[in-house]
Amino acid sequence: MTNSIEEVKDAACILAIGTNTTAAHPVIAYSMKQASRNGAKLIVANPKVIGLVRSADIFLQNQPGSDVALLMGMARVIVELGLHDETFIEEQCENFEAFQASLEAFNPEFVAEVTGIQWETIAEAAQVYATNKPASIFYAMGITQHTHGTDNVMAVSNLALLTGSVGKPSTGVNPLRGQNNVQGACDLGALPNVYTGYQQVTDPKVQAKFEEAWGVKLSGENGLTHVEIIDAIDEGQIKVLYIVGENPILSEANANHVDKAFRKLDFMVVQDIFMSGTAEYADVVLPAASFAEKDGTFTNTERRVQRVRKAIAPVGDSRPDWWIVNEIGKRVAEKGFDFDGPKEIMEEIAALTPIYGGITYERLEDVAGLQWPCPNKDHPGTPYLHKGKFSRGKGKLIPLVYKPSDEMPDEEYPLLLTTDRSLYHYHTVITRMAEGLDELEKEELLRINPVDAEGLGLEGGDMVKVRSRRGEVEVRADVTDVVPPGVVSMSFHFHESPTNVLTNAALDPVAKIPETKVCAVRVEEFQKRAQ
Amino acid sequence: MTEEINLTIDGIPITTRAGTSVLDAALENAIYIPHLCHHPDLKPVGACRLCGVEIDGGRMTMSCLEPARAGIEVVTESPEIALVRRTAVELLIANHDMDCLACAAATDCELLRLSAHVSVQSERLERLKGLTELKPVDNSNPFFSFDPNKCVLCTICVRTCEEIQGVRALALINRGYETVIGTFGNKPFIESVCESCGECVVRCPVGALAPKRFQKPAREVQTTCTYCGVGCGLYLGVIGDRIVSARGDRERPSNHGQLCVKGRYGFKFINHPGRLTTPLIKRNGEFEEATWEEALDLVAEKFSQHKGDSFAALASAKCTNEENYLIQKLTRAAMGTNTVDHCARL
Ligand code: SF4
Ligand code: SF4
Ligand code: SF4
Repeated sequence: MTNSIEEVKDAACILAIGTNTTAAHPVIAYSMKQASRNGAKLIVANPKVIGLVRSADIFLQNQPGSDVALLMGMARVIVELGLHDETFIEEQCENFEAFQASLEAFNPEFVAEVTGIQWETIAEAAQVYATNKPASIFYAMGITQHTHGTDNVMAVSNLALLTGSVGKPSTGVNPLRGQNNVQGACDLGALPNVYTGYQQVTDPKVQAKFEEAWGVKLSGENGLTHVEIIDAIDEGQIKVLYIVGENPILSEANANHVDKAFRKLDFMVVQDIFMSGTAEYADVVLPAASFAEKDGTFTNTERRVQRVRKAIAPVGDSRPDWWIVNEIGKRVAEKGFDFDGPKEIMEEIAALTPIYGGITYERLEDVAGLQWPCPNKDHPGTPYLHKGKFSRGKGKLIPLVYKPSDEMPDEEYPLLLTTDRSLYHYHTVITRMAEGLDELEKEELLRINPVDAEGLGLEGGDMVKVRSRRGEVEVRADVTDVVPPGVVSMSFHFHESPTNVLTNAALDPVAKIPETKVCAVRVEEFQKRAQ
Repeated sequence: MTEEINLTIDGIPITTRAGTSVLDAALENAIYIPHLCHHPDLKPVGACRLCGVEIDGGRMTMSCLEPARAGIEVVTESPEIALVRRTAVELLIANHDMDCLACAAATDCELLRLSAHVSVQSERLERLKGLTELKPVDNSNPFFSFDPNKCVLCTICVRTCEEIQGVRALALINRGYETVIGTFGNKPFIESVCESCGECVVRCPVGALAPKRFQKPAREVQTTCTYCGVGCGLYLGVIGDRIVSARGDRERPSNHGQLCVKGRYGFKFINHPGRLTTPLIKRNGEFEEATWEEALDLVAEKFSQHKGDSFAALASAKCTNEENYLIQKLTRAAMGTNTVDHCARL
C-alpha cells in the first residue's frame, strides 16, 4: 500500500476494484465501511456481488477481465469533463498527450459492451472519483491475476495520476497483499530477480555488494519464477526442489501440470506444519513450527514491520523454519549460516537492505512497529509513499489498449469461471485444521446464476462436474445472483474440489502471474441433491 | 491540544478534556457511576437509565449523554437517583438467569459489579422472580453462544455490529417484556449475515454473548496475526503449552484492537493433533520417521550434488522476514542460483 490502514477512514472517496475486501482483508473492510458511514463515497467494482456492495454508493458489476476498459472509460470521462488535475499533470507527470490519444478507442459503446455496464453509471463513478478528495484506490488479485494484469495495474495508476490523487494522506493507490507476509517475502528477496529491498540481481554493483558481504561468487542472471520453475522441472532442467510452507498442488493454476512435473523430480524437500497434498510427493518432509512457536517479524500490506513472538515451545519435535534453513546452510555452505536467532538475522538484513536500514528488534518493541522505507536508526518510518515526488522522477501516464483474456467462453465451454476466496478460509491448509472455521464453510461451492442454472435444469445443492480444457472437478452448485449470468465462481481452499485443475496457467508477460481469474468452463453431468 | 476544563464530582475537583461526557470524566478519575449500555468505542444512547446524576442541583440527567462543562457540580448519588437505579437493577437481575459460576463473564461482569454497588435486596428479588420462562440458547455459531436469559438489553452488541463492524446483523426485536436481541428475521446466528468476527462478544457486558469453551489464559503474548496482509496485532492466550485464546491489541495502528473471525478464533490449528511433529524420510514409497540429524544430512547431501541451475526453492509468504531472508541467501549464496520465488503471484 502507498498509504496506511489508519488513513482509510479519512478518505472522501474509496474505489475498491478487484478486491473482495470483506473476505480477504476483513479489518480493512471495517475501515472502509466506517469511512462510508462518515460520508465517504464508496465505489465497488467487481464481477460478483461481494459483501462490500451493501455499503457502496455505486456498484460497477463488470465482466471478469474488463478492468482496463472500465478504468480507461472512467479516465475518458474525467478528461472530457475537464476534471483532471492539469497542474499536477504538468508538474509531476509525463506522456499525457499519448495517453489522451489512447482514450479515443474507449468510446461509450465499446466500453459498455465489454464491461456489461451502462455508460451513464461509469460516467457517474468517474465524476464521483474525480471530485471527492482525498480519494484512495484499493485493488487485489482481481486486478493482477490476468494475462493483462500489468495493464490493469497501469490503468489503476493512470486514474490516480490523472486526478493528482497520489502522495498525500488517504490519497493513493493501494494494492492489498493477500497472505500475511507476502509483502515481507518480496521485501526480503524471495524473488528470482531481486535481492532484499528490490536490489536487482543483474546490477553488477549490487552483485558486488552481496558478494563482498556474503564472501561468495554470485550469479548475475535472473532466476526462474514460480510457474517457470514448474515448466523447468517438466523439461528436466530442475531436478531438486525445496518447498517451504507452500502447497502448489492446490494453489497453482493448472494443477495437473504440477502433478506431472513433481513426479519427475530427483529429490524434493517439503517443510511445513501439516502434511499437505504437495508434501505427499516429497522425499523428505521437515516439520516446521507455527507462528505461535517462534520469534520473528512480518511486514503487513501497509509496509509495517511488526514483531511475531514465541508464545509456546515448538509442538513435538518441530523446529522454526529459520533454524531448519540455518542448519541446512551450515551443511552445504562454508560460511554465513551461524545465526543464533531472528534478531541476529535482522541485523544482517538491515546492513544490506537500505529500506530496512533502520529496523532493529529494539525499535520494534514499540507496538506500532516501523513502516519502510526506514533507511537509518533515526528515521521514523514512512506512513505514505510518493510524498511530493515520485521515486523514479515523474509519474508516467501509460497509453493502453483493451486485450481480452487468454481464454474466453465459446460454444464448447460457454461459461466464464472466476476464482475468489472465502472469509473463513485462507489459502489451502491451515484453516481446514482450525476447528470451527471448517464448520462455517464445509465445502467448495460453484456459484452459478439462476438464469444459467435454469438453462441447465440445475438446482441449488446438486453435485455437478465442471470441465475446462485442462481438467474437471466435482462440486456442489449454489444457485445465486451474486454472480451475473454467464459467469460462475469457485474458491480454491478445498482439496476435495481442487479448483486449480481447471484454471489457466497463461502468464502475464511482465509480472508472470497466471490468469487464475478467468477461464472457460462447462457444467455437466449433475447428480440431483438427495431429497 | 483539546481544552482542559475543571469541574467537581461529589465535591471532588477533577480535570478533563472539553467534549468528554460526565460519565467518562468520572470513570477516568476512578469514580464509579453505575452503567450498562455505555461503551467507550460506541456512541452513547442513554438507554439503561443507570448512570443518572444531578448537575448543579437540577433534575436527574444521564451522565453518558451529558457533556462535561467547566465549573459544574455533579452529584452521583441522591435518594431519587438511588431509587431509579435500584428499581432498574432489580428488574434486570430478576429476569437474569444467574448461573454465575459457569458463566464466561463471571470475573468481568458489569451486572455483578452493579448489584454489589446498588445493594440489591434478596426478598424483593424473590417477589419479582419467576415471571418469565427460560428462552432457548442459540448455540448455532461454532465460536460463541447467545443466551437471551442473561441479556440485559444494553444494545452494545447491536451498536457494535453497526458502528464498528458495519455488518448490521443484529437488532432489538419485539416490544415491552417480549423485547429480545436477535438477528434480522430472528434466525439462528449461523443463518444470519453475521460474519462471526466476535466484536460483539468481546463487548457484551455480561455473559449473554460468550465464547464457547472459554478458558481464561494463564499468560498472554503480544504478537501479529498469521492469516492476512492486514497484520492485526493480537495477544495469544496460553495455558501450559496450549494456545487457548486470542484478543485484539488496542494499541496497534493496523487494527486498533479489531479482529476478524480468522484472527480471533482461527488459532486451533496450532495445537491440532494432525501437526507434523517429526522429520520424515520416504523409503520405498513410504514415509518413515527420522531424526533431525539423518534428515538434515540427507537434504544437505542431495543439495550439494545439485548446485546451480538444477536447483529451485519456493519460499513462503507465511514465513517470517528472517526466514525468507535465509531461504534466498541459501539459494543464492550456497546453491549458486537466483531461482527462488514464493506465491506472491497467486
Ligand atoms: S460476531 Fe460480528 S458480525 Fe456477528 S453479530 Fe457480532 S459483531 Fe456482528
Ligand atoms: S447480548 Fe450482551 S451486548 Fe447484546 S444487548 Fe444483551 S447484554 Fe447487551
Ligand atoms: S485478524 Fe483477520 S483481518 Fe486481521 S490480520 Fe488476521 S486475518 Fe487479517
